[in-house]
Amino acid sequence: MSDPHLRARLVVERPRFRLDVEFAAEAGQVIALLGPNGAGKTTALRALAGLTPLSAGDITLNGLALHTLPVERRPIGMVFQDYLLFPHLSALDNVAFGPRCHGASKQEARRTAAAWLERVGLAEQAASRPGRLSGGQAQRVALARALAAEPDLLLLDEPLAALDAHTRLEIRSRLRRHLGEFGGATVLVTHDPLDAMVLADHLVVVENGAVVQEGGPAEVARRPRTDYVARLVGLNLYRGEADEHHVTVGDVVFSVTERLRGPVFIAFPPSAVALFRSRPDGTPRNLWQATIEGIERHGDNVRVHLAGPLAAAADITPAAVADLDLTAGQAIWAAVKATETHAYPA
Amino acid sequence: MLFALALIGMAFLVLPLAGLLIRAPWSTLPQRLGQPQVLEALRLSLVTATVATAACLVLGVPLAWLLARVPFPGRRLVRALVTIPLVLPPVVGGVALLLVLGRRGLVGQWLDTTFGFSLPFTTAGVVVAEAFVAMPFLVISVEGALRAADLRYEEAAATLGASRWTVFRRVTMPLIAPGIVAGAVLCWARALGEFGATITFAGNFPGRTQTMPLAVYLALETEPDAAIVLSLLLLVVSVAILAALRDRWVTTA
Repeated sequence: MSDPHLRARLVVERPRFRLDVEFAAEAGQVIALLGPNGAGKTTALRALAGLTPLSAGDITLNGLALHTLPVERRPIGMVFQDYLLFPHLSALDNVAFGPRCHGASKQEARRTAAAWLERVGLAEQAASRPGRLSGGQAQRVALARALAAEPDLLLLDEPLAALDAHTRLEIRSRLRRHLGEFGGATVLVTHDPLDAMVLADHLVVVENGAVVQEGGPAEVARRPRTDYVARLVGLNLYRGEADEHHVTVGDVVFSVTERLRGPVFIAFPPSAVALFRSRPDGTPRNLWQATIEGIERHGDNVRVHLAGPLAAAADITPAAVADLDLTAGQAIWAAVKATETHAYPA
Repeated sequence: MLFALALIGMAFLVLPLAGLLIRAPWSTLPQRLGQPQVLEALRLSLVTATVATAACLVLGVPLAWLLARVPFPGRRLVRALVTIPLVLPPVVGGVALLLVLGRRGLVGQWLDTTFGFSLPFTTAGVVVAEAFVAMPFLVISVEGALRAADLRYEEAAATLGASRWTVFRRVTMPLIAPGIVAGAVLCWARALGEFGATITFAGNFPGRTQTMPLAVYLALETEPDAAIVLSLLLLVVSVAILAALRDRWVTTA
């Protein structure tokens, strides 16, 4: 296998914070740095761009030592969270800015810019000032501006965060198409798991300045390794001890289909949890007594938050809520089907 | 009470201007305005104030940029030094200029022997005196605009491959244009009204260094009506410039 297109180890030290992450990306690959606010994702992106100095580490892009170059010499394109389109320039001149800086004549740069605006479907807005563009249009101009400089590395900071829900859906699929056509590596930062799953080939989950998990979106969604990721993908997640087909989590023993030994994770969706007023008959496995902490609507169902030996979420139908006559503070039995749990080594 | 004080304050600022209008010799105004000395002084004032403002822009905007954007040891001290002409009595400024740029001054002597060129008591000297007194107004105004401007636009420009100079020229300057214009207007107005440093450093030679304020002062001793006319003219020019720029630029700053 050839050397990755991008290989980065980024260390940024701050008085109360330390970022230390390492990742790599192939040409054409989109990797998402996913994590909660304050995890250091944006700092990592700024470090890649050279806007935040590295305390240690290095960045190699196509064999080029990126970390030794000043910002303006790095072959990068960056889309900022609030786009930062130059308010005094038209959409066309915003997009032409990069090519101009790379030595194109004014005419050439404008031709390139016009072609890019055409590609993002905004040829008619060429003369508009950024103040007259809608959020979705501004996002597309920002993307065109970043790509027009023909970067080898594209950096996107929360590219969809500033958009309303409807625009977001449309822009997300457009963005996915443009990223697919882009030949270089893309690093995007987001706290939205959906954006990450849809747009990226590879997820790097960052928490408290460190990588806690990485892998393909399906892999990460199926086998979360931290509470944060589990919550993002909507799974109940516990750490336990496996002995063949049994996993012990605190006082609760689960039967699982996998055969494992030693420390493991066990995950199951809230929809796999069934609730009973009295102790159901049969196996004592996968069964525990809980207290109801809260009840809320969740799509067409009702999500019940359980406290007790295991903090868990259970999704049940509104009819079941009425049948069981559930109220907060009430004691209840919870059970999970063995076939719906998923265990994997910790 | 508050209203009363406010009204007294307003009267204090407006009454003298009204007095100027009331006491103006309206009947002889056109012929007085047409006098060659008056036109000469007016022309000299406008030209020197404009050239001084241009010089302040060329030197002051980069200086403001340095003070606002480039951290260096002793920056606070430099900022304090730069703004000294703001609080320094202009006459003292004129004396200081003479000591440095005068024929026997530290730099002036060198200028004289090397280029055979001497600033004091020339029109160029007027420009120097005005620029010295007026530049801090521009620097302070532009530095404020730079500090208020969003740095991230400059970062965005850098990620697009723009060098520091390109960023400054194509992003920073246009973004702070209102601040620059406001600063230039203040600077120009200050240069136009400059008296103390000019008379000390450049003297009072009609047609060469006698600007409007000097002419006003001189006329007041010999011919008070002429002084009023000159003052009125200066007032009209200042207000006209302020009004013309205010709508377009100053209010958006």
